[in-house]
Amino acid sequence: MIKKICLNISQKYNISNRQCKRLFIFVKKYNMNLHEFQGKDLLSRYGVNIQRGYVASNSKESLEIAKKLNKETGTKWWVIKAQVHAGGRGKGGGVKLAKNLNEVVKIADEMLGMRLITPQTSSIGKIVNQILISEDVYYPGPDETKEFYISVLLDRRTDQNMIIYSTEGGMDIEEVAEKTPEKIFYEHVNPKVGLLPFQCRKIAFNLKLHGNAYKEMVKFVKCLYEAYLGSDSSLFEINPVLKTSDDKILAVDCKVSLDNNALFRHKDLVNLRDKREEDPDEVEAQEFGLNFIKLDGNVGCMVNGAGLAMATMDIIKQSGGSPANFLDVGGTADAERVEQAFRIILKDKKVKALLINIFGGIVRCDRVAQGVVDACKNIGNIEIPLIVRLQGTNAVEAKKLIDESGLKVESVILLKEAAEKITEVLS
Amino acid sequence: MSVLVNKDSKVIVQGFTGSEGTFHSSQMIEYGTNIVGGVTPGKGGQTHLDLPVFNTVSEAVSVTGANTSIIFVPPAFAADAIMEAADSDICVIICITEGIPTKDMITVKDYIKDKNVVLVGPNCPGVITPDEAKCGIMPGFVFRKGNIGIVSKSGTLTYEAADQVVMAGLGISTAIGIGGDPIIGTTTLDAIKMLMNDDQTSGIVMIGEIGGQLEADAAKWIKKNNKKPVVGFIAGQTAPKGRTMGHAGAIVGGNDDTAQAKMKIMSDCGIHVVKSPAMIGKKIAEIINLNS
Repeated sequence: MIKKICLNISQKYNISNRQCKRLFIFVKKYNMNLHEFQGKDLLSRYGVNIQRGYVASNSKESLEIAKKLNKETGTKWWVIKAQVHAGGRGKGGGVKLAKNLNEVVKIADEMLGMRLITPQTSSIGKIVNQILISEDVYYPGPDETKEFYISVLLDRRTDQNMIIYSTEGGMDIEEVAEKTPEKIFYEHVNPKVGLLPFQCRKIAFNLKLHGNAYKEMVKFVKCLYEAYLGSDSSLFEINPVLKTSDDKILAVDCKVSLDNNALFRHKDLVNLRDKREEDPDEVEAQEFGLNFIKLDGNVGCMVNGAGLAMATMDIIKQSGGSPANFLDVGGTADAERVEQAFRIILKDKKVKALLINIFGGIVRCDRVAQGVVDACKNIGNIEIPLIVRLQGTNAVEAKKLIDESGLKVESVILLKEAAEKITEVLS
Repeated sequence: MSVLVNKDSKVIVQGFTGSEGTFHSSQMIEYGTNIVGGVTPGKGGQTHLDLPVFNTVSEAVSVTGANTSIIFVPPAFAADAIMEAADSDICVIICITEGIPTKDMITVKDYIKDKNVVLVGPNCPGVITPDEAKCGIMPGFVFRKGNIGIVSKSGTLTYEAADQVVMAGLGISTAIGIGGDPIIGTTTLDAIKMLMNDDQTSGIVMIGEIGGQLEADAAKWIKKNNKKPVVGFIAGQTAPKGRTMGHAGAIVGGNDDTAQAKMKIMSDCGIHVVKSPAMIGKKIAEIINLNS
């Protein structure tokens, strides 16, 4: 969906579609994502109307919730949605409608514990630990229901927040954005004055609303933006926003990403992190202050600095290997961190060699070298070749320390030499 | 000449008395940077590292005549620190702090828009003009004086490049680390323009990474206004799509913010692109020697 929306922004701002697309991907991946039920809870705290529902982790709870919702809202049917961090849930069987209480229990039993595979998950899918039981909001009434699309995010081109919205919400938004770009609108928010009332009105008018639905939409947009600002979010994507048959406006689904850097002022939101949705090795690495990403190659690497880490991965590839991971050890590559990094990398049995590349600035190479030596001794038998490249502050002392340690470690000083060593040990 | 910082820069340190501020201030003083004082609210009147501490930037500026500020203030207060500096006749603000909330940076960018000030960073290694001023956290000894300007998003990769330039028998005019955050002050293009207009710089090394359009913007400008040879490298040729690689901005989204696509754009614009990060120094030396 995002991809196609970008096409429109790029046309409007005369930038390439792909350049624009990265802006979205960035907010989608870098930050802490919330589950739908958590996002909706956040929205409703700011006065945004939502489709009501409660989260359940077994079929007994689901049944109770269904009864409770019936009492509270009068709903006769229930929508059951898998709570995983991935879009396109409907396509993988993660969104179902139950027309009676028996069906609620049946669907809950089926959905909980299943591996949900959607276009946005890997091929093994994601385990469903929780489901959201919601009221049915597509009930018949005096008017027709209508779905819209609204998102809020940072436009890196202008360094301002922007609201993107469309008359065509729901599953078909990709196609709409491609075929009828004129149906996608953009509203930038001036940081000095914030979102102004006329902008909210403009959005409601452009969505062709009138009467009560118009009034509700003005309020909806205002509250939505307040929620975005108040929670320091990086992305809100509400698709669909529904106009019900009795002219109410509410959020039926929501995707919320929080700005990691701002979590220090949102202690309540920190607790919403669901580590089950993340790679366990990456979570473990984070606990030791390591920035680790698992990849699929045969040469592990451990580097200080993100840019140098990426460059090191590149040089591994050019030397005939392929990188098994991205790992930035940060500013303090002490023995404990080095050891943890080793352990995490060595879990992967496909790894045939390990390259350590440290450019010592503030961090002294001899300290890192000592860390490597200690880590090797603590772990015991590292069976794969170890190439250590230490350059910068005290590089010569570091090389000496490693060469005299008695460990089977290839130590080099130049990046070029490191590359040649990789080729050598892999052949 | 050099750019942004030189021997005439009078530098104050915001977040002077904190552990980061203290450590890096002593390193900068040792390097020979003209640090004239520091700011820590509530500690005005004290002396730290033999230099005066002030409560406010404006007081520091009026007493010391400072024109440059380097910021080590923790992320929660860093945006405020940048705006305070911008409000106090400081011309160059270098913000080292990592992890400033995006919302705060939106406010900062808007605030400094109409002010006569250059912001470098945040989340950057700083700026160094060898033998004159080190305003950053880089290891000074790596940067030998010379005629090559460096622009880079990354810290250690900048040191790597500088090291290679020096080993190839050349030196650095000014190295500018612009930082890897989604909202930054000085862009790749801004930095390239400065170096193109600098008498001391005869060649430029431009180091980018996956994600964003900063390198492409700079490359297009270079094509039209090229005066000096530029060697380029983009880190992340093997980075998987859709994953953030350390820097918030370092992520491959579409097809033309991949390293390969950027390298092609840069190459098409006349930049000498190297595929291997081990070849940066060799390449720039080759071109400079060819031209001289």
